Amino acid sequence: MRIDRRLAIKWIITAGAGAVILGGRSLGAPDGAPGREAYPAHGYGTDPDVMKPYKPGDYWPLVLSDAERGTAAVLCDIVIPADSRSPGASSVGVVDFVDEWVSAPYPGNVNDRPRVVDGLAWLDAESTKRFGMPFTGASQEQRIAICEDISADAPEDSALSHASRFFRLFRDLVARGYYTTPVGMKEIGYVGNVPLAAFEGPPADLIARLGLADEVKG
Amino acid sequence: MPFVTPDSVSDKYDVIVVGSGAAGGQSAYTLAMEGAKVLMIEAGRTYDPRSETPMFQTPDQAPLRGAGNPDKPFGYYDATIDGGWSVPGEPYTNVSTERGRKFMWWRARMLGGRTNHWGRISLRNGPYDFKPRSRDGLGFDWPIGYEDVAPYYDKVEMLVGVYGTNEGLENTPNSPEGVLLPPPKARIGELLARQRGRGIGIPVIPAHRAVLSRPLDFRTIPAKLHPGNAKAQKVLAEDMQNRAACFWATACGRGCSIRANYQSTTVHIPPALATGNLDIVTGAMAREVTVDAAGKATGVTYVDKATGREHHASARAVVLAASACETVRLLLNSKSALFPDGLANSSGLVGKYIMDTVGASWGGNIPLLEDLPPHNEDGAGGDHVYTPWWLYKEQLAGKLGFARGYHVEFTTGRQMPQAYGTYGNDTGGRTSYGSRLKEEARRHYGAYVSFTGRGEMIPNKDSYCEIDPKVVDKWGIPVLRFTWKWSEHEIRQVAHMQRTFADWIAAMGCVSKNTPSADGSRAIEPGGSIIHEVGGTLMGATPSTSVTNSWSQAWDVKNVFVADGGVFPSNADKNPTLTIMALAWRTADRILDEMRRGNI
Repeated sequence: MRIDRRLAIKWIITAGAGAVILGGRSLGAPDGAPGREAYPAHGYGTDPDVMKPYKPGDYWPLVLSDAERGTAAVLCDIVIPADSRSPGASSVGVVDFVDEWVSAPYPGNVNDRPRVVDGLAWLDAESTKRFGMPFTGASQEQRIAICEDISADAPEDSALSHASRFFRLFRDLVARGYYTTPVGMKEIGYVGNVPLAAFEGPPADLIARLGLADEVKG
Repeated sequence: MPFVTPDSVSDKYDVIVVGSGAAGGQSAYTLAMEGAKVLMIEAGRTYDPRSETPMFQTPDQAPLRGAGNPDKPFGYYDATIDGGWSVPGEPYTNVSTERGRKFMWWRARMLGGRTNHWGRISLRNGPYDFKPRSRDGLGFDWPIGYEDVAPYYDKVEMLVGVYGTNEGLENTPNSPEGVLLPPPKARIGELLARQRGRGIGIPVIPAHRAVLSRPLDFRTIPAKLHPGNAKAQKVLAEDMQNRAACFWATACGRGCSIRANYQSTTVHIPPALATGNLDIVTGAMAREVTVDAAGKATGVTYVDKATGREHHASARAVVLAASACETVRLLLNSKSALFPDGLANSSGLVGKYIMDTVGASWGGNIPLLEDLPPHNEDGAGGDHVYTPWWLYKEQLAGKLGFARGYHVEFTTGRQMPQAYGTYGNDTGGRTSYGSRLKEEARRHYGAYVSFTGRGEMIPNKDSYCEIDPKVVDKWGIPVLRFTWKWSEHEIRQVAHMQRTFADWIAAMGCVSKNTPSADGSRAIEPGGSIIHEVGGTLMGATPSTSVTNSWSQAWDVKNVFVADGGVFPSNADKNPTLTIMALAWRTADRILDEMRRGNI
């Protein structure tokens, strides 16, 4: 219903952190992608045209290389796979969203960029080490084996701690990108955003099932 | 020609109103409807919610799935334009950067100001809230009581349309019969909170929000609001018919293109313009209130932001409705030989005793609400129920360890998914993914409940703003510098909120192992973050102890009035907007009266 203020403030307060991380960490192998070392563009400003529909790339250039996007697409569909109910994440624009997210000039995004770029590079390196081929070339079982390892929370100083934190961040981005689409909303069970003549409240049988019939008033 | 430019501003205004939000909108409305010629000066651009509100857009049509950032702190589709806790080119400073000592100043540079995005929670102050010092010896009493403001609460509620009920609870006033609109039905999580709250002594009643749950009665209300004024009645009746009732979709924070909720731009400004008595100049940054040799205000100097040039507008009276701290800034920057310390500041109190609301939240996943059948819980785009402060007797008996109370707002339900939050269940030390993630996301969706405390801060001498001697904004206007401090009352109140909320979600069946910090100073949200800043130009009983009299009229300059929250001598837990509007209406009546009598 409303964006939590604590969260809104967090978005503001993460300002400042980005520059430090940019200065102190590499951005991984750039693959010739342009402009990743600095802010690639300005944001949309404080008065964008909110009535117009946008797609990733409209406001700032996307920085992931084709190879990185390929790896991201495979990982997207491991995080949210297609099943009999609904399609996988890569088919509803989530790769574009992840690319848009890490390409954006805002402090929080700039903060996430090296984590994602480095994480995708790590996946390829790890896959090559274990299986002799990059992540996209590995079998689904081999990919899952790596994801199982890095889905476990890893201690701060362990070898997998960066990969583990990357996986959590990437999972969050994929889920947020997926469930905010009409397909994802249907999948999760959101049925609003339609005008109604009257607001009827919760279904009567649900109220009864939860023992809340006495609470209904007003 | 209602929207004017600096070149077409007339020289024959009765009143200049600085600002266009709750205070400026109400002031301009009342004055224009009653025949005064008004010029409204707004620093931001013009804004029309009918054509500029993204009503049904989904996050995938927005950059970054609509997530917030420094350009749009509350997300891409939030109604705020050119606003936030930082505004490019318009800095402010803080004396201390220590935790708990900083003030975050929200501004919205647009027609209608922050009324375009606010939560629409519209609570009356109760009788205690006007006389807090008499009850507990802290802070200040108001020079007026509930009975002085009640008729104006009635009028504002009838004009804007507020849903809610009369429950007759302590210090939680009823409205007269027929004034409130029916509240929407409670959502399932709200019903569960009500049931389990009762078990631990916490009441849950319908919220009061400025949303039309049915159309306003355009046949009877105009005559009640403007008796004997046929023109005003006609204008208002026509305008009310152009406001649709809520169609139970889209969050109010985006604004409302069908004008079903209150924004200054949906309720106040359209009829005021229709009278022909209101001119509005936008993109105009007020710099100074000017005075003549006799010490009377002559008008306002402002910067045309498009050209950077300075202009002056004249009027018989000036209403400052720029928001509490912006009004302070304007007064302190209005220095002259007669008023070397700034205008209306002979008491030295301009800028002193600024307050925000005390805020903290806690919540968790409620297993009883997992895996519910999909159903539409959009509702009125905000809270349907709330909890008014309920521990007056315990507090009076000295059992709580802090003075003043808080009310509770809820976040529950199956809201439109947003680009934040976590969708999986990561307990057990694993990041959930794959088919397990999809199953968990479905199961947990709608099962999260959080409680948000909104409490009263007691004014203190260590929370104030003043002019920074070194820093100016992009137009060269000196900026504000803030000093901030919470007292033990606020810190302990937050600790109480956190304990109460943890008990409450436990009573609802939450089994989380997380527990909130017992240290209120860790959980309290930063000063200014709740965006309820009031004070700085307090009203009071004498010129030496206050900035304005009980009519919000400056003691030192009788044709300068403060209509915003600056005049609040206390900041009750009740959200300030409704009281700002009620006081602004009352002040406008006083101005009309003073003009009729020839006093100004």
